[in-house]
Amino acid sequence: MSLTGEVSKFRKRRAGELDEGPQTTEFLTVVIDNQLFGIPVLQVQDVLRQQTVTRVPLAPPEVAGALNLRGRIVTAINVRCRLGLPDLPQGAKTMSVVVELEHELYSLIIDRVGDVLSMQNKDFENVPPTLDSVWRDVASGIFRLENQLLIVIDVRKLLHHSVH
Amino acid sequence: MDDLIVEFITETNESLAAIDVQLVNLEQNPNDKNLLGSIFRLMHTIKGTCGFLGLPRLETVAHRAENVMGRFRDGTLEVTPDYVTLIFESIDRIKYIIGDIEATGKEPEGSDNDLIEKLDAVYEGKPMPGSGTAAPAQAEAPKAAPADPLQALWDSIPAPADPIAAALNAPLSGGTVAPQAPAAAPTPPAAAPVSKQAAKDGAEDHTAKESAVSNQTLRVNVEVLENLMTLVSEMVLTRNQLLQIMRSTTQNNEFAAPLQRLNHVVSDLQEGVMKTRMQPIGAAWSKLPRIIRDLSHELGKKIDLVMMGEETELDRQVLELIKDPLTHMVRNSGDHGIEKPADRAMAGKPETGKIILRAFHEGGHIIIEIKDDGRGLNTARIKQKAIEKGIATAEELAGMSNKQIHQFIFDAGFSTAEKITSVSGRGVGMDVVRTNIEKIGGTIDLHSVEGQGSTFTIKIPLTLAIVSALIVESAGERYAIPQLSVQELVMASDKGENRIEHINGTPVFRLRNHLLPLVTLQKLLKLPDAPAKANGKNGRSNSGNRYIIVTKVGAYVFGIIVDRVFDTEEIVVKPVAKMLQDIELFSGNTILGDGSVIMILDPGGIAKATGEISVADTTAKDAETEAQQARAGTKTSLLLFSANDAMPKAVPLSLVARLEDVSVPKIEMSNGQMLIQYRGSLMPLLKFSDSMPLSEDGTQPTLVFSDGTRTMGLMVGQIIDIVEDYINIQISSDKPGFLGSAIIRGHATEIIDVGHFLKGAYKDWFRDHGDEDFDREDMKRARRVLIVDDSPFFRNMLTPLLSVAGYEVTAAENPLRALELEEQGEEFDVIISDIEMPEMSGFEFAQTVRKQGRWMKTPMVALTSHATQNDIDRGREVGFSKYVAKFDRDTLLTTLSQTLAEHRHGSAAGGAA
Repeated sequence: MSLTGEVSKFRKRRAGELDEGPQTTEFLTVVIDNQLFGIPVLQVQDVLRQQTVTRVPLAPPEVAGALNLRGRIVTAINVRCRLGLPDLPQGAKTMSVVVELEHELYSLIIDRVGDVLSMQNKDFENVPPTLDSVWRDVASGIFRLENQLLIVIDVRKLLHHSVH
Repeated sequence: MDDLIVEFITETNESLAAIDVQLVNLEQNPNDKNLLGSIFRLMHTIKGTCGFLGLPRLETVAHRAENVMGRFRDGTLEVTPDYVTLIFESIDRIKYIIGDIEATGKEPEGSDNDLIEKLDAVYEGKPMPGSGTAAPAQAEAPKAAPADPLQALWDSIPAPADPIAAALNAPLSGGTVAPQAPAAAPTPPAAAPVSKQAAKDGAEDHTAKESAVSNQTLRVNVEVLENLMTLVSEMVLTRNQLLQIMRSTTQNNEFAAPLQRLNHVVSDLQEGVMKTRMQPIGAAWSKLPRIIRDLSHELGKKIDLVMMGEETELDRQVLELIKDPLTHMVRNSGDHGIEKPADRAMAGKPETGKIILRAFHEGGHIIIEIKDDGRGLNTARIKQKAIEKGIATAEELAGMSNKQIHQFIFDAGFSTAEKITSVSGRGVGMDVVRTNIEKIGGTIDLHSVEGQGSTFTIKIPLTLAIVSALIVESAGERYAIPQLSVQELVMASDKGENRIEHINGTPVFRLRNHLLPLVTLQKLLKLPDAPAKANGKNGRSNSGNRYIIVTKVGAYVFGIIVDRVFDTEEIVVKPVAKMLQDIELFSGNTILGDGSVIMILDPGGIAKATGEISVADTTAKDAETEAQQARAGTKTSLLLFSANDAMPKAVPLSLVARLEDVSVPKIEMSNGQMLIQYRGSLMPLLKFSDSMPLSEDGTQPTLVFSDGTRTMGLMVGQIIDIVEDYINIQISSDKPGFLGSAIIRGHATEIIDVGHFLKGAYKDWFRDHGDEDFDREDMKRARRVLIVDDSPFFRNMLTPLLSVAGYEVTAAENPLRALELEEQGEEFDVIISDIEMPEMSGFEFAQTVRKQGRWMKTPMVALTSHATQNDIDRGREVGFSKYVAKFDRDTLLTTLSQTLAEHRHGSAAGGAA
């Protein structure tokens, strides 16, 4: 998707706050390295506990492997790796959020899953340009919560890096 | 009703529904080529199919309509609403006829002349007869027809009803008649219900039949099956878990029985669902024998259809998609490929042509071969056609190999058939075939030799198919290898006989008489050592045993080293996620019975990754290998004999004129030369080696060589055997009298250089031709040499000699045969030709070659036993670059390498200029 398309979409979203349908969007919150992220709830297929995955040799580093989810093969993505964060220590529990992109399932391995939050569209901010480029790449925007900030993950961009 | 017809109706109804929509679109976009093409193809399919089902009326309408569509497609006729109406009319007519076939099982009576006249008129570019408004009316008329018989039935009902009325009225009409009336009355009322019933039956029958046809097969969306499959897999996993729990608990036995039952049901269900997806390919072939039978009747040909591998299982979806292309192709083979019996007899072939249809699994693909022994593709006509159609220019064609030229037949609208028959020949077939095959990710390849037949090879990837796979382990991870590419399993230990040896760190293995190249899966996949293994807890580090999976890709055999081998499992191959598709080593992934995901190794990818072969053009490679084998000739008959040492010697049997036992006492000496009286003249004798003792007073086995009037005898120790084998000289020899060593029948065998002995017997057997001293050129790749010589003796002699020197040799027995090779697109680096030949002299041959064709620039060397200056001059004139005396081994070799070097420099300079 072209950048200009994205930008104009954001503009529209911001400008159209008053007349554009619902004023809130729901996000499933996840925590990675103590940072709160949000995945649009409509994109979430499933939430899994830690799973055993089959390693895929020669795959991009962020591909943790493949796993079986009710007869469908799901590609597991180590989001920490994708974001350039160090891996959790061995034995630490992780969780996964399963999303679908272009008819394929991906399991995003994150530290833990939080609540589903309903966000006011007025609290939406663009990603600060000073953010690390990898993070800027996967984030579609930021919501201001009372105590912290929620980074909205753009699933397509998160996976795009590897999907080509 | 005939199964074929039922299927035809179902298919055609679907096609017709599609055509309707597309025609409406066409009217709006009259210039949409794709749309035109697809409507045309649909018509073509209807036409083609009904031709074989014996539906002449339907066929005629479809054929004529297709004619008109053909003109639309070629752009010679503009699409106007009037014409579209006409096509609609034809489609309505087809629908009407099909409706009738569905109801009655045969075509309705009636004629379509009105419609055909109009279609023909349009096709020929004349104005349509009859106004536009008249047309629908005419089309309407037959539509009413099917109602007629029914109407008649209904009409007939009131008639028997009359007597009832009469009977009812009778008592009222008069007293005296009454007693008679009841007597008469019972009969007609009885008849009435019967005929009413009959009428009703007729009506019900009518509707029942229609629904029966559409109900016999139920088309289910593949996605539904796919989902079903997923659900069943999940169910199997859950069942497995339940069984596991059951086994671990000793109480709760009340669950045991139902669970056992569930277990069976689930297994059956799984099998059933699997079955819904798989079908033997024979299902797609069932129509073919009949089609071929009808075709041979229609065309007056004798065709034998041989089908092999019918049981090869194929995914249903794939099967559906290749069914039509296969039918098309087999029909094409029958129609275009196989010649008429008379023509075949003339070409020296059996009258009955053969079409061989073969399906098999290979390297994770399903291969379907359609092979005929007919006339093959006419390359010249294809070229001509390609130029006509503006697809390629004459210059472009000149640079193409025959194989490339043959590919044109897959282009849309390309047909070289002399006349368009109702069977085929519109150039629709092959482009549809290719489109359909490529749709499922397959490839189609073609190999054709003019006069000998064509072979089409369809290769379909296994992405959709179920395969049996071998589960292996490397560095603690499991992988699946398609069983089909696994040739054998070998257990190798670190020491002992079955050990893996290393050459500069590269593992190799002695497998029987061959050295098997090896790749280590762990290294290939860059896997770290599994921690458990490293501790030597279990697995190979303890026992030192490893397994070699001997794998075959195309003609390349190699071994994959793995740590452990498990069982084989039936797997459904699923494509890998998009982000993993770049990894060539995997062809897919799958879920095993225990629920874990496993990657499927692609032997082709592994072969490619190890740098041995490029799999992308395996087919080309295969063809090349095939051609190479063909060039290297079939097996050669060899005479094996011994001399004074243990090493067996071999000589091509064709060089040996006779075997004689020479009586040693009868040998005479003259001027230091052994002679014997042989058939009334003196024959020089040579001992194979000087140190070889002759049996004192017995006989000595002798090989007699003969060329023309001259004969000589070579005395050997013992004749061992005559064998057939490939001469593949592996070590060439400098020792006089030896060409080199080859493996014959599993033994290292010396191949002797007959020329050496001939020269020994007659100094002038090959007239010497001065000493030319040239630097030997290092030959990196096998240069291809063509030898043209009418004497089998010299051909047989030169072939091994030049092979030893690293040339790839093709021999032709006369210039005409050589020119045929040119026609077939063979390329050579140098041509060696004899001068004296019966049909055509070497001079004439050179002249012909130089005039035109792909050999125009190929250097030519003349080979002769008598070379005068005149001859040499004449040779230069006609295009020979060098003259070499027959069998002056060294000069010939130096001349060849020098000529090649000159030629290379020449063309390099030419390229730079």
